[in-house]
Parts: sequence; structure tokens; C-alpha cells
Amino acid sequence: MSCVIGIDLGSTTTKAVVLDGNGAMLGRGITNSRSNYDLAAAVARTEALINARFGLIQQRLSGAEREDAVARLRRAFVLEQMLHQLRRLEELMREEVDRSAPSDLRAAFTEALERICGRIADEEVALFQEPPATRSDFFRDAAGSAFMRIAEEVADPTGVSFDRLIGVYDKCIIRVENEPLDLDFRDHIADALKRVGTPEGLAEAVDHAVATDLTPVATVGTGYGRARLPFPKEQIRSEILCHGLGAHELFPNTRTVLDIGGQDTKAIQVDPAGIVTSFQMNDRCAAGCGRYLGYIADEMNLGLHELGPLAEQSRHAVKINSTCTVFAGAELRELLGLGQKREDILAGLHRAIILRAMSLLARSGGVSDEFTFTGGVAKNAAAVGAIRDLVDENYGARTINISADSIYTGALGAALFANRMVA
Amino acid sequence: MAEVLKDQSMLLQKEMIAQHFARLEQAPERHEPVVYTFVPGNLTELIRSFGALPVLPEINALQSGMRKQSGEYIAEAERSGHSEDVCAYVKCDIGMMKSGNISPAGTKLPKPDLLLLSYTGCYTFMKWFELLREEYDCPAVFFHVPYQGDGVLEPEHREYMIRQLRDTVIPALEKATGRKYDEEELRRRLALSARAEDDLVAVLESAKQRPSPIDGYFGTVYYVGPIFSAFRGTEEGVEYYRALREEIEARAAAGLGPITPSGSLDDQRYRLVVEGPPSWTHFRDFWKMFTDEKAVVVASTYTKVGGTYDTGFRHDPNDPLGTMADYCSGCYTNLNLPSRIDTIARYIREYEADGFVINSIKSCNSFSAGQLMILREVEKRTGVPGAFIESDLVDPRYFSSANIKNRLESYFQMIDARRRSAA
Amino acid sequence: MSRATVVDWARELYEDLDFGTVHRWLDQHPGSKAAGYLPVYVPRELLHACGFLPVGIHGGGDRLEIIRGDAFYQSYICHLPRSVIELAQSGRLDMLSAVLFPSTCDVIRNLSGMWKLLYPDTYVRYIDIPQVPDAAAAAQFYEGELHRLVNDLGAVSGKVPTPEDLAASIGLYNAMRSAIRALYAARQERPWDVPTEELYLLLRAGEVVPPEEFIARVGEYLDGVNADRRRPRDNSRVVIAGAFCEQPPLGLIKSIEKAGCYVVDDDFLLGDRFMTRDVPLDGDPLRNLADAFVRNDLKTSVLFEGDPDGKRNLMKQRAAAAHADGIIFATPSFCDPALLDQPMLRNGAERAGLPCIAFKYAENTGQFQQFREQAGTFSDSLKLWGAA
Repeated sequence: MSCVIGIDLGSTTTKAVVLDGNGAMLGRGITNSRSNYDLAAAVARTEALINARFGLIQQRLSGAEREDAVARLRRAFVLEQMLHQLRRLEELMREEVDRSAPSDLRAAFTEALERICGRIADEEVALFQEPPATRSDFFRDAAGSAFMRIAEEVADPTGVSFDRLIGVYDKCIIRVENEPLDLDFRDHIADALKRVGTPEGLAEAVDHAVATDLTPVATVGTGYGRARLPFPKEQIRSEILCHGLGAHELFPNTRTVLDIGGQDTKAIQVDPAGIVTSFQMNDRCAAGCGRYLGYIADEMNLGLHELGPLAEQSRHAVKINSTCTVFAGAELRELLGLGQKREDILAGLHRAIILRAMSLLARSGGVSDEFTFTGGVAKNAAAVGAIRDLVDENYGARTINISADSIYTGALGAALFANRMVA
Repeated sequence: MAEVLKDQSMLLQKEMIAQHFARLEQAPERHEPVVYTFVPGNLTELIRSFGALPVLPEINALQSGMRKQSGEYIAEAERSGHSEDVCAYVKCDIGMMKSGNISPAGTKLPKPDLLLLSYTGCYTFMKWFELLREEYDCPAVFFHVPYQGDGVLEPEHREYMIRQLRDTVIPALEKATGRKYDEEELRRRLALSARAEDDLVAVLESAKQRPSPIDGYFGTVYYVGPIFSAFRGTEEGVEYYRALREEIEARAAAGLGPITPSGSLDDQRYRLVVEGPPSWTHFRDFWKMFTDEKAVVVASTYTKVGGTYDTGFRHDPNDPLGTMADYCSGCYTNLNLPSRIDTIARYIREYEADGFVINSIKSCNSFSAGQLMILREVEKRTGVPGAFIESDLVDPRYFSSANIKNRLESYFQMIDARRRSAA
Repeated sequence: MSRATVVDWARELYEDLDFGTVHRWLDQHPGSKAAGYLPVYVPRELLHACGFLPVGIHGGGDRLEIIRGDAFYQSYICHLPRSVIELAQSGRLDMLSAVLFPSTCDVIRNLSGMWKLLYPDTYVRYIDIPQVPDAAAAAQFYEGELHRLVNDLGAVSGKVPTPEDLAASIGLYNAMRSAIRALYAARQERPWDVPTEELYLLLRAGEVVPPEEFIARVGEYLDGVNADRRRPRDNSRVVIAGAFCEQPPLGLIKSIEKAGCYVVDDDFLLGDRFMTRDVPLDGDPLRNLADAFVRNDLKTSVLFEGDPDGKRNLMKQRAAAAHADGIIFATPSFCDPALLDQPMLRNGAERAGLPCIAFKYAENTGQFQQFREQAGTFSDSLKLWGAA
């Protein structure tokens, strides 16, 4: 089956989208960008192709239970990938200990690492049986928090201390991340299938998925790291154009696109064919990007995903004057000191970040119907609420589109450009 | 033939500048008076008619930028109390002074015998010379060029300028140089200016051809050097522009594009108009971002800050004081915003540009305040797309290659996409 | 009105971003028009003589959310023009038939051009002021400008003023400036009786009401002040310099006072006090006004300083005149006039043994903790080590 790939290298995450010959989405993948962009692109691509194969499996099955079966198989697969990386991590950590730990601690060190890694593996298997509502699937996040937690228990302040354990972990996790590990479909699907008990219909669907040729005939890259993609210049498209086209694909009546990413914000106007007519970027100032919220989350000791829900509880938003991230922190502390409620402050902060986006939109040509809002911040309900209010106040009624797939908009656009190349 | 001619004007100019700096270094010994003044509204013919040598602190600053010295000078000025927020030219100059007053050519700069503050559309100039006056403890004369608030030079304003020249500026020059005003010498020089101006305009307008034999921004910045600084109204100046014109006409006849740091740009894919000063610290990198995309600049507004000649103005030896008033009033920095928009739109039309780029400079409020409106107005009036990028004159901290390249590449791809869909 | 009522009256006007009082005036004077002006200095008497209500446009301070304004300005330009554009684009300045832009800096200058394009039906004029030391040439130029201005404004308002009208308006504004000088003098003598917050609110009120009303209110306020003597506190006496255009939020002024400083001189709303002496009333009014401007002895960042020692000595002079112990340089971020002058002014002050601190603000600065701390520490140090 012929397919094309679009890869969007962001500063925080790298996304890939696979389209079939007709431009329909087959699969998508996401990974954290890490320091090696080439590898991030390769991993995202692999994830997208894996995702595509799971899609094929699902298509092959019938029956009411199929979604659950595939979902379970997918989790088993992710578990196998994670265990594989965990084994590699342990291997590297042992080597590191042999290389650099004081000789009198080596045995204890190795034993401690074995225990920690063993427990992480056990926990992962247990989580597979009883999955939590939400969790990060990125190895670094899952392994990191587990390692820290278990290391605290296992550590011996007089010998293999917590600091020593974390030190070795930090050194090796980066290397694991930056190694091209075999995380491909073929490598682990068999084990995953076994783990779920090899149900009959599933096995046949898996065989079919494995056998399908999914070699992309064209690839287009975009995003901040795109200059370092191993593609010739003709296969690179600006992220502005990719975002515009991607948004248009998701919502064909889109005329204005707002993308608030981690490190930059883009306001894009497109014509009926999805071609960009004008754009404005904020790529220098943290206020108005996702980073701003990250900063706030740190200040308030909250998780990023907790900000939106808490802000939504506000009945009376506090007006935040500072547009600069640095001063916003100071203003935040002062307001807390004055007794203002956290949710009210947060509501004000969300409005502030959206105000910056509104300026950018105004500079790019305003908000026309329909308005598509993409990027990580689009998942934040309070931000979305603020957008709705401000668009309504300043431009009147507009259809506001937000897609669950919005983080893939750029990669989708890139894939669509790839499609045009082979058409 | 092309080989021989290609570097002629560049070499000639380098020689002229080197000689000028050498002469400046000797000036105290040879009792040649030295007058510091500004590029917009520079009264070079008048200054030289008194046998004095002009020094242009702006040009020193930009040269320092090009030679990567400005960062340290600016730091020096900020250490001595200057704000981050203010014009980098001023800080660079102050820093250069505090570091021994060595010119970008490596020669010692003489102290001024007079500061001729031509207040022509830049408020900061006023403060600059107040600061220099304090450092040098020398006389300063203020020449007020009224702003063209309504887009024309009012007769009363012209009279006011003539009166100032007669009653204030000339007496100040007489006092500082110890010589009497020599109107014949002034007329002689004004006639020389007019000849050079004819040739310069021919060179500027050659960009209307396809391909354009010049780059109307990066390349032209070199071309206007002599006429904006010490050489308008001199025989060397006349000779330079004659040689330059010949060289450019030869290139045009041979169907050649401009010489750029990346070679001759004969295949020109995009014709652009640029508004705003260049980034001097990253001049070549910035130029390369254009040439890499085969973009040639056909006209620019910055190259008119030292005088606008392409609307027909020539220095007129028959009306020495009046003509200097006319000259000063027409400098681009002294034009009101609607006139600037008219100029850019006219350039786009007359030079058949595909688009325009605004390089918004942090240091320069005179240029920058209102440029976002210029962007929208010009797009509305001409229908061609505008790119908006941000950098600085000589503060290297404010040039982000990645950001600018990102915006420019997106811009060029946008034009491509529009061309394809129009086809 | 009692003193407290005057302050309440002023505060209400300050907080009203919809210029309700201007609308009421227009309703009460059918056929008359209102004209706006930007900081720092315009000759308001001309507006008045043409029958306009002069309305000072000072942005939205910390009370206006900027949505459209930021689309016009990059981040490295001061805040004032953003809120001015916001006021305009939100319709709050629709009642102005003319807007004047003085030559304060390049941002205000360019804003005049933007205004021409945004509001082609409004009369816009950029007022170039002469900065040359040749008084005769300067006066001639400026007089020409004023003539043209008066004719243009008269065409807009429908009333071209006679010399008597002009003289009368000049007289009125002389009185207004006297009233302001009286306020400043009272504060300087007894800052414990005239908190800067109240003085400031009064000045702001004076930007949107007819001069007669302002003069009356100031009179009532001063009467109230004289009748209600308070006890002096152990505060330091400071001069605030740099806040002549984009105004600080009221909270900032209050923070400085609360931190233990008496502000005994400042350059808030400097345009109101630009002319330091009465403009003569007999003879040609425009000539007198032009002449008075040219010979005016006010030193400020928006004017060229002809005296080489001017900037060096200025802070010392101002501190001496106000019997102040120290200088607070409070400037808006990105303000070229204030920030470029500051090194010269500060060096001069410090050479004269005057303690100084400096900080930057924006008209919409929202938190004052750091200003309180800085001003508090400064005030303490002034008391401890004094103006020895």
C-alpha cells in the first residue's frame, strides 16, 4: 500500500502522520523531541507506522469487542517497548557503575539497580493489567518518576545513596533516549500478542498487518528542527504552510488558524484552498506560548494538566496586567499574598495568554470564519473558554474548531504536501 | 570584461573610505577642522566648503556592527548607565568612545570641533549629540528640520530652515573652523552633488529591469555610502558614481544580476521591496537568506535616509541655502507615515515587485513605530504579501537567525504556493 | 465642594475611560466640539479659543485591556500608544473632532500619521516645536505654526477666534497654570497636607473638564487643605523625574508615598505646567504665546538642551528648589526621551551629592512590591545618611 509521511519536529514533541494514496490518515505518532532531532524524527515515524498497522489490525477485525481487543493489544505492545527500553537502561546503568562507581559499592549498586528496574518492570506489567485513566506514554516520563520514587526507598544514605542512583540514571536515560532502539512493530508484536493470550481472530489480523508493505513513497518534514532533517531542501516545507494546510484538511472551511505551541505561537490566514495568505509569529516572547503556562504551573506547584480545570472553577477572574512572563510570576505571588483565590488568578492568567494570541491574530489580519485553534494549549479548557469569549467580543460569532488531533496539524499538512509531490 | 568591472566600484569605495579615515586621523595635526553630523540631513557640501571634514557617528556605529565590535561597545555603554531599551547606535558610539575612540578602520578618530545636530526625523539624534557634547565638551549647533507632518514641505518651514542656516549654522561653522563662508565654493560642490545624484538615480532605477543588475537594499547600502557620508559634493564622489553607473550598465547589458557574497545572482525568482534598516551585525547572513532563495531586492526605503533623489530632487547650485533645505526635508526619516506607505506602494508598482519585507528594528522608533500598520496598508493597497521580521541595527543579541530564516522561508513558500494556485 | 468631595470628583473622572464628562459637556453645548491632545505639551488655549473642549488623552493606564492596540505595536515600543489606539478603536474617542500630536518623540510623531489613516475625518496635526537657540527664528517659526493651527482649528469648530478670544483663553490658562503652581507650592511646603495621590487625581481631572471648573475645584481643594492641617511624618523628601508622558499607575504613586517618601516635585502631566510664567495678554496673542514658549525656562527631556551644563545641573537645581533629599528616576520602559537623558541627569545628580534610585514602569504595571521595597529602602537611607 503506498503511503506518504509528514514529520513535524517541534521543540517539545515530534509528530508524524501517515497518509494513504488517497490522502486518508492511516496513523500518527508522537515522541518527545530530545536532543537528537534525526532520532526524534525516526522514532515519530516509527510510531506513526506502528499506529498505522494497529489501524490495519482494527480494520481486519469484526465484532463489537474489536476496539477493546485492539486497545489491549496496543497496550501490551507499548509495554513490550517499554520493557525493552528498560532492559537497555539497566544494561547501560550497570556498565556505568562498573566504569565509574567506587569499587566497594559496585556490588550493592548493581543489586540496587536490579531491584529498582525489576520493580519498575513489575509495576508496568501491573499497570497493563489495571490501566490508569491517563498517563504519559513517553518512556522518559514513566521511567523517570518510577525510578525516583523507588530509588528513595531502596537508597542507603551511607552507601548507594539516592544522589548516586539518580546520578547514574540521569547519565544513562539520555543515552537510551538518543539510541536508535528496535522499537518497530515486528520486534514486539509477537510478544505482545502472546501477552494477551493470542486470541484467534487477532493473530490473523496481526499477520496481515505485519505483511503489509508500508514503505513511504514520499516524506516531507517541517518544524523548528527541520533544517537538520536528512531530507533535501525540496522535501522541507515551512511549518506555517503545513499548519495552514493541515488545519484546512481537518476543517475545510477554515480561514484563520491559531496555533499555540510550547515555544511559539502562529496566527495564520488561509484561502479556501488552504494556502496561506498571511501570517504572524511570536517566537521570541514566552508570554503567549505554552511555556508561559509551564512557568505558572511551576510557580503554583501544579501539573500542567491541572491548570485548566482549576481555572475553570473561577467565578471572578483577577485581571493580570503584566504581559511579560517574568513579571507575571511576581504579580502572581503578590496576588496570592493578598489572598486572591488560585482559580481566580489562574483564570486571569489564561486570559492574559490568550490576549497575546489575539494581538497576533489581529496583526495577521483578524479572525475570519471559521477559526481553527490548534496546538497543545488547545487542550486546555480554560484557554479555549477565553478564546471563545475574546473572539466573540471582538469579531462576533465565529465557528471555532478544535480537534483532538490538533497537535498533529503540522505533520498532517506536511504529509499532504508529500502527497502532492507524488500526485 | 565583467570580471574586471565587477569589483571596480567596491575597490574604489574601500579606498575612499580608508583614505577618509586616514585623513581624519591626521586632521588634528594638519589643523583640519572636524564636524560630527548625521546622515539624514547631512550638509556635507557646506561642511566641506569650510575645509572641514565630516564624521558620521552612525556610520561608525554600523561599521562597528559589521566588524562584530558593537556587542562589546554596547555592553560598555550599558555598564556606564545606559538602558537596554534605548538605541543601539548611540550605545555603540558611546562605548566606542569610552574604549579609546578608535574607528572601525582601526584609526584614531579626532575629537569634533563642532557637533552639527541635523534634527531630521530622528528624536534620538538630539539626545545623541547632547551626550556627545557632554563627553567632548565642544560647541553644538542645532539645525531643526521640521517634520513633513502633512506630507509636503511648507514654504514657512523652508524659510525657517534657510534662516537657521544663514543665522546660526553658518556662523557656527565660521567660528569652529576660523574661516569665512564661501558661497562660491558651496555652489561648486552642490553642482558636483547634482552630477553624482544623476548617476546614483540611474543605478537605483536599473533595478526596474529583469533581471535586476543591482540589489536595491544590501548592495545599494554600499552604493549610497559615499553620497551619504563624506563624499557628496566632491570630485571623488562624482568619479565614484560615474564608475558605478558604468559598471552597472555593463552588467545590465550582459543580462547579469548583482554581485552578492554568494556570487552573481542572475537567476532571480523573487523581486522584493524592503522597508527598514538592515541588521549590520549579521549583514551577510541576512543577505544570504535572500540570495539562497534567489530573491533580489529591487527597491528599499532605507537607502533614502540620506536623501531621496529618485523623485526628481537634485541639489541646485543656484539656490544654495534653499536647496539644502529641500534636500533635508526630503530625507526618508522626515516623511510622514502616509508618505512612507505611498513610497513603498509606488516602489512595488514601479519596480514590479512580488512582495515586500519589513525589517523592524528594535532600536529605531523612528522607523519601527507604525510599521505594523504600514504592513497592512501596503498589502491592502497593492495586493502583494508582506513579510514582517524583527532584528536590530548593531545589537547582536537581537538577531535570531532561526526565527528570521523561518519567517522568510515561510514567506517565500507562501508566494510560491500563491503563484501555483494562480496558474 | 469639600476637600473630600473634590477628591472623589477627581477620582471618578480619572477612572472613567468612557469620557462621560466630555459627552455631558457636548450635550450641554450643542454645536460645540471636543478636541484631544497627546502628551506632553500643546497650547490648549488655542483649542479653547476656537470653542473646543480640550481633552487630554493619556491612555488607559492599568484599567484597560489591550486587544486591538497590540496589533499596531511591536513589543519594544512603550505602552502608551497601545492604550491610546485601544481607546480610539473601541470608539471611546469618537467624540473628538480634532487630535493634536506634539513633538514629544518619534512614537507620538508616527502616531499622528497613523491617526490620519485610521480616522481621515478627524483633523490631525503634528505640532513641531522649535528647539533652536536662536530665539527670533524659533519664535517666528512657532508663531507661523500657531497661526496655521488656529485657522485650521477654527475651520473645524466653526469659530475662528478673534485676538480678544485668544487673549481671553490665554488669560484663563494663565490662571489654570497659576492654580497648578499653587497646588505644587502647597505640596512642597506641607506635603503631609497634600498627598501626591490627591494632587495627581486633580491634575488628571483637569485634563477633561473646562479650565474654569478646574480652577474652581483647585481653589476649593486648597481651602480644604488649609482648614485641615495634619501632622508631618518622618518621611524623606524626593523628586520624581521621568514620568512626563506615559503616566504611572496610581498604585505606583501610592506605593512610593506609603514607603515613606514625600514627593515634593515631579514631572507628571508636565504639559500642564509647561509654561512657567504667565503669557502676556496685551499685544498680539499668538506672537506672545510663541515668544513665551521660546523664552520659557523649563528644562525637560523632550526639548533640546542648549546649555552644555544644563543636564548636569538640572537635578541639583530641582532638588534645591524643592528642598528634596533625593531623586527617584521613574521612567516608562522603552521611553527614549527619559532613558537617554537619565545617565546625564543621574551623573549630574550624583556628582552634586544627591542620592538617586531608578526604576522602570509601564502605565499598566500591576504589582508594586518591588517599587515599595526600593522606595522604602531609599527613604530609610535618606533619613539615615541624610542630605549631608
